[in-house]
Amino acid sequence: MSDTSANSVAFVRTETVPPSPPPFSTTGPVKWAKDNLFSTPLYSLLTIVAAYFIYLILSSTLPWILSGVWTTSSLAECREVLDGVSAACFSVLTERWNQLIFGFKYPADQYWRPSLAFLVFFAAVAPVLFYKLPRKLLIITALFPFVAYYLIWGGTILTPILALAGVVAGYVVYGRLVAGSFAAGFFGGIAAAFVIWTIGGWIIPDNANEGAWLSAVPSRDLGGFMLNMMLGVTCVSLSVPLGIALALGRQSDMPLIKWICVIFIEFIRGVPLITLLFVASVMLAYFFPPGTTTDLFLRVVIMITMFSAAYIAEVIRGGLAALPRGQYEAADSLGLDYAQAMRLIILPQALKISIPGIVNVAVGLFKDTTLVSVISMFDLLGMIRGPILASTEWNGVYWELLGFAALLFFVVCYGISQYSQWLERQLATDHR
Amino acid sequence: MRRSNRQNMAVYQEEVRMKKSVFLGALSVAGVAAGVAAAGTLDDVKARGTLNCGVTTGLVGFAAPDANGEWNGFDVAVCRAVAAAVLGDPTAVEFVPTTGKTRFTALASGEIDMLARNTTWTFSRDVDLKFTFVGVNYYDGQGFMVPKELGVSSATELDGATVCIQTGTTTELNLADYFRANNISYEPVPIETNAEAQQQYLAGACDVFTTDASGLAATRATFEAPGDHVLLPEIISKEPLGPLVRHGDNEWGDVVRWTLNALITAEELGVTSANIGEMASGTNNPEINRLLGTEGTLGEMLGLDADWAMKALSVSGNYGEIFEATIGESTPIGLARGLNAQWTEGGLLYSPPFR
Repeated sequence: MSDTSANSVAFVRTETVPPSPPPFSTTGPVKWAKDNLFSTPLYSLLTIVAAYFIYLILSSTLPWILSGVWTTSSLAECREVLDGVSAACFSVLTERWNQLIFGFKYPADQYWRPSLAFLVFFAAVAPVLFYKLPRKLLIITALFPFVAYYLIWGGTILTPILALAGVVAGYVVYGRLVAGSFAAGFFGGIAAAFVIWTIGGWIIPDNANEGAWLSAVPSRDLGGFMLNMMLGVTCVSLSVPLGIALALGRQSDMPLIKWICVIFIEFIRGVPLITLLFVASVMLAYFFPPGTTTDLFLRVVIMITMFSAAYIAEVIRGGLAALPRGQYEAADSLGLDYAQAMRLIILPQALKISIPGIVNVAVGLFKDTTLVSVISMFDLLGMIRGPILASTEWNGVYWELLGFAALLFFVVCYGISQYSQWLERQLATDHR
Repeated sequence: MRRSNRQNMAVYQEEVRMKKSVFLGALSVAGVAAGVAAAGTLDDVKARGTLNCGVTTGLVGFAAPDANGEWNGFDVAVCRAVAAAVLGDPTAVEFVPTTGKTRFTALASGEIDMLARNTTWTFSRDVDLKFTFVGVNYYDGQGFMVPKELGVSSATELDGATVCIQTGTTTELNLADYFRANNISYEPVPIETNAEAQQQYLAGACDVFTTDASGLAATRATFEAPGDHVLLPEIISKEPLGPLVRHGDNEWGDVVRWTLNALITAEELGVTSANIGEMASGTNNPEINRLLGTEGTLGEMLGLDADWAMKALSVSGNYGEIFEATIGESTPIGLARGLNAQWTEGGLLYSPPFR
């Protein structure tokens, strides 16, 4: 029985066997491919067919893109350089880059102004998008509209300062009166702002724009992707609060307010955006005295804002309807008045539910800004379809230009979509 | 999030208020300007110091801004000539791009002083829409393009051809009429848009592509091998394109009409941008002298300077020079003069005399 003693066996392992790597076929990319691409004969077949199609697409587009020409000055020269080879003529993008981004009439030596406004835009929008940033940054956001207006349009600095003064005055009056009643504060604030603006309108001399530090650029000279961004940002940020007001108004118990909101929403939703744009550009000219032009940019902003506000109102109404009745009753039982209940309990929840819908409208709105090209505003698409394709140098370049436009829009829209998904994950408080 | 939303709204409201102020400002400006607009267009233009000229949003050869944003083209040259005649400065033009849909309202509402936008002079536009066409600066018409290898030199040889044609246009009707009148047959290939028609034609889906002749030439200019395609000499419809102004301001209409006529007459009389300086010092042809203002009081009658036509002609020369520089045979578009030659050379250009 002493055979079991340690000395009687030739070898005893004193340490544990090191783990050996798993078999090659059950790990890494091979296993992934086996599980996901070739798990059954049918899937294998589909994988091969899909790979073949991807190969077909890439083998025809990649050489076209990679051997593209970037340095010529006309399509004819491109064709000369390519000498019969089928490849892209990206020279149009390099030669007309400034026109694609800023339009063809924005003064070339002033391009830094919209560029700077674009950079400040990120600083201004960050505290709104990312609520963990310090709240003091919202001061930048509050000042941004005035700074951006001054940078892009230029002219006398009195205009944005006066606009800011009006807003501040309105806010101060609102803060004083709102303790008494919300309505008094609201209308008092608006009245105060108007008083400041009217007085200021008399103060600013007619020739104030002459000799201004930043030369004045009329709205007609704006264009390119800059115009799309400006319309998109302005209209989205204006239409969200307007949409909230319309959604609340539609649920109001006061018949006058309710019916105004219902008629507004239903009318605007029942009319195509392009019709509204034609009204803005063509019909309004008949209502004003001959020889006058109201700022076309402003007209278009009003129309697009009204349009998307009606849609956002319906999205938010969906969010309000999704809240259980108990939430309203809970607010009432806490003794909150209407404004407090909406602000503290109802809207935060309703807006959270509405995020996907609002983002959907925002993305759609941003793409709809290209419709302004039909009323002879030179946004990105208007620049491509009008001046660039009508120049003798570049007539006939379609894929490169439209592909570039698609890329720009995709980057922005995909960014918006990713942000909204991140926001939804951050705000997810339901039971998982 | 709750707080950020609330502050968000504050920002939004500020923006709303700012826009309101701009809007009110615009309204008050509109009210002030309304009083000014009562005077004649000529006085308005002089007071403003710029000419508001409606052009297309872009048409190859006729009007398009270049890489520097400068407008160039055949129609643009008319605007510049008028600006030079009235204001003495060919760059004092505010070009207002218009689409086919917005052009007439832009003119009727007073947003532009004149429209030079390859617009066909028709009865209803003249009479019903209340515009005055001051003349014709380009006689267009429907034409045919065929590949050279087809070996066709006249439209009458197109018996049995397949023809790419845009549906729902007058070109379709013109085509049917023309082939029936000549007692030959064709097979239409209906196409929705012009771009599609180009592709179909290049792919060989049809032997012939038909649309307006200037459009054909511009289309051909974009082909990889334009020399492989020819435009047939036959033109089968009338499309007189010209500048127009509003009804009811005849003084202004006269200015635009006679500026255009000055360009045409100058070519007829042999006045070019090269020799205009020499001719302005006086010639023994009295009509040239009257045109250039060294004799007579034609400028005064128009309410302009005596050398108004000289200023207009100094911009880019006479009609023929403008034609050659923008759409003529030396350009990629390569249009022949054809109907747009002087009447002395078998064309239709016939300006009334400067007397």
